[in-house]
Amino acid sequence: MAKTLYDKLFDSHVVHEENGTALIYIDRHLVHEVTSPQAFEGLRLAGRKPWRISSIVATADHNTPTNGWDKGLAGIADPVARLQIETLTSNINEFGAKAYFPFMNKNQGIVHVVGPEQGATLPGMTVVCGDSHTSTHGAFGALAHGIGTSEVEHVMATQCLVQKKSKTMQVLVNGVLGKGVTAKDVALAIIGKTGTAGGNGYAIEFAGSAIRGLSMEGRMTLCNMAIEAGARAGLVAVDDKTIEYVKGRPFSPKADQWDAAVAYWKTLHTDSGAEFDTVVALNAEDIQPQVTWGTSPEMVVSIDGRVPSLDLAKNEVQRADWERAYAYMGLTPNTPINEINIDKVFIGSCTNSRIEDLRAAAAVAKGKHVAPNVKLALVVPGSGLVKAQAEQEGLDKIFIAAGFEWREPGCSMCLAMNADRLEPGERCASTSNRNFEGRQGQGGRTHLVSPEMAAAAAVAGHFVDVRQSLT
Amino acid sequence: MEAFTKLDGLVAPLDRANVDTDAIIPKQFLKSIKRSGFGPNAFDEWRYLDHGEPGMDNSKRKINPDFVLNKARYQGASVLLTRENFGCGSSREHAPWALEDFGFKVIIASSYADIFFNNCFKNGMLPIVLSAEIVDNLFNQVFATEGYKLDVDLSAQTVTTPSGEVHKFEVDAFRKHCLLNGLDDIGLTMQHQDKIKAFEAKHQQAQPWLFN
Ligand code: SF4
Repeated sequence: MAKTLYDKLFDSHVVHEENGTALIYIDRHLVHEVTSPQAFEGLRLAGRKPWRISSIVATADHNTPTNGWDKGLAGIADPVARLQIETLTSNINEFGAKAYFPFMNKNQGIVHVVGPEQGATLPGMTVVCGDSHTSTHGAFGALAHGIGTSEVEHVMATQCLVQKKSKTMQVLVNGVLGKGVTAKDVALAIIGKTGTAGGNGYAIEFAGSAIRGLSMEGRMTLCNMAIEAGARAGLVAVDDKTIEYVKGRPFSPKADQWDAAVAYWKTLHTDSGAEFDTVVALNAEDIQPQVTWGTSPEMVVSIDGRVPSLDLAKNEVQRADWERAYAYMGLTPNTPINEINIDKVFIGSCTNSRIEDLRAAAAVAKGKHVAPNVKLALVVPGSGLVKAQAEQEGLDKIFIAAGFEWREPGCSMCLAMNADRLEPGERCASTSNRNFEGRQGQGGRTHLVSPEMAAAAAVAGHFVDVRQSLT
Repeated sequence: MEAFTKLDGLVAPLDRANVDTDAIIPKQFLKSIKRSGFGPNAFDEWRYLDHGEPGMDNSKRKINPDFVLNKARYQGASVLLTRENFGCGSSREHAPWALEDFGFKVIIASSYADIFFNNCFKNGMLPIVLSAEIVDNLFNQVFATEGYKLDVDLSAQTVTTPSGEVHKFEVDAFRKHCLLNGLDDIGLTMQHQDKIKAFEAKHQQAQPWLFN
């Protein structure tokens, strides 16, 4: 029978099934400092050991500072954050891991950037992490789920996750994306169309010529945002780009296993004739650079648009939501997006902090300068390796010359657990994934955009169509 | 895990859609390495007028009198009534930990974000899905009646209003079984150890590179 990619991945990992609830085997378990301490503690209290230590790859990212590394751990001003980072180290020392990239290690970084760049994420795998953006890894044709801390403990103890099969949704994007239109814009346009709950209960497979045209970095950006559409997982079929990306990475299959692996990976696509429960289609040509205006990723419009007026709300609940969002964001309906001034810029996060993102932002910033009204423009690479690569290419110099700050890797102002944050009322052009109230700091106002659009906004001091500066 | 069977509980109405986990428990509280003690910081940014940080004496902070959970009539509530897509955003289990520590055992909404929904069951909490119309109705009733309670029966899968209206709800059979009996997931899965081992051996043979 013709199968979808999701079915293939799910079915090939079922250990046991009873009344529609399955135990699925987990190949890779990514671990970070915030959602793991209570899981390790649970194991310790129950006298349990991890089932397969070689499945665990760990790093510290959420709490780590992005400057002051010369002072080491002592440079972490917040004692509670420091304790959490130290606790991860002591837990890994006690329980073990295949690899651990602690604070300030040259491979340290955001867990969803580190996994793929180490080859710890491979096609056909099941991947879990105590973090919702685990959906990122679906870009490799892997089944990747974000899980809670109880599940982290469960996977550690049993190597399995209790799962019900999801419904499947295909998001088809055909055509060619315009210049200056990125995977981030595709993701936001999709969420604008489906809503943040549109993917609830679904595994979304992104397909179509525009998706095949995306780089692996772009596919990761897209799958990363699948969770913002409410989906349980995001997926892209394996093709030559996937295999090329994986080749030669530290944990990738070695020479003697390579051909067999590739032969298997080439089967990881939806068979022709397989049916999805739902199909959503977009035209690549219709997608413009996107900017969110509100406090949910679905509150999004094109750069040439305006903050929508209340009469466009689809029902009472949405009206109430929008009214709250106007007030929180300090915006009036019908304001043109390109007249909104910004105070800060954040280029980073597991959505948009890979080398391709930094190159794109640097290309826009090159030879220009951050506008005087922008108090801070941060560039935070996704990992130590991305940072090193960018420095080798001279991107750091471009950013610094343009008035950006060039920082150490980590989650940083995506969730503002460390010192990088917005002050109340500050408005930020951010390449991260969530514009919820308080996400980047209490009272902070976040507008989600692509790296190109963030760099262009930094230079202009307000949102601006990046396509005007691209020649 | 504590078992959940029945509850006749006071209802607090949180009349918003898309309440995200950042709102339920702001990130500065995730630095804790414990599972407990998050209740005083549930909805911190809505509940207090000042900025909250871990380690503060919450009893000395200025509360926001307009926030619904601060109103006298909802003190001691154990049922949270809210709207669609509740718990969206981050996977942080600190969100159900905070709600549970605050005193909620049952949540009623027309839909939930997936990971949050899952996390509730792992902590002895019951997230109930009722249709948007019924939820709307319940909101009207809660607002109209001080001391409004709902009777929740997991075995029968019913929510009963004070006037005797009975609303059936769906719940996955496995989750229901675990919740009713307070069963630990890990213990249950370990009963299938042999199957896991057999699967693992086969899997390793087929894709040895996964086990490097
Ligand atoms: S960068 Fe942001 S979204 Fe990504 S893992 Fe870190 S905190 Fe989560």
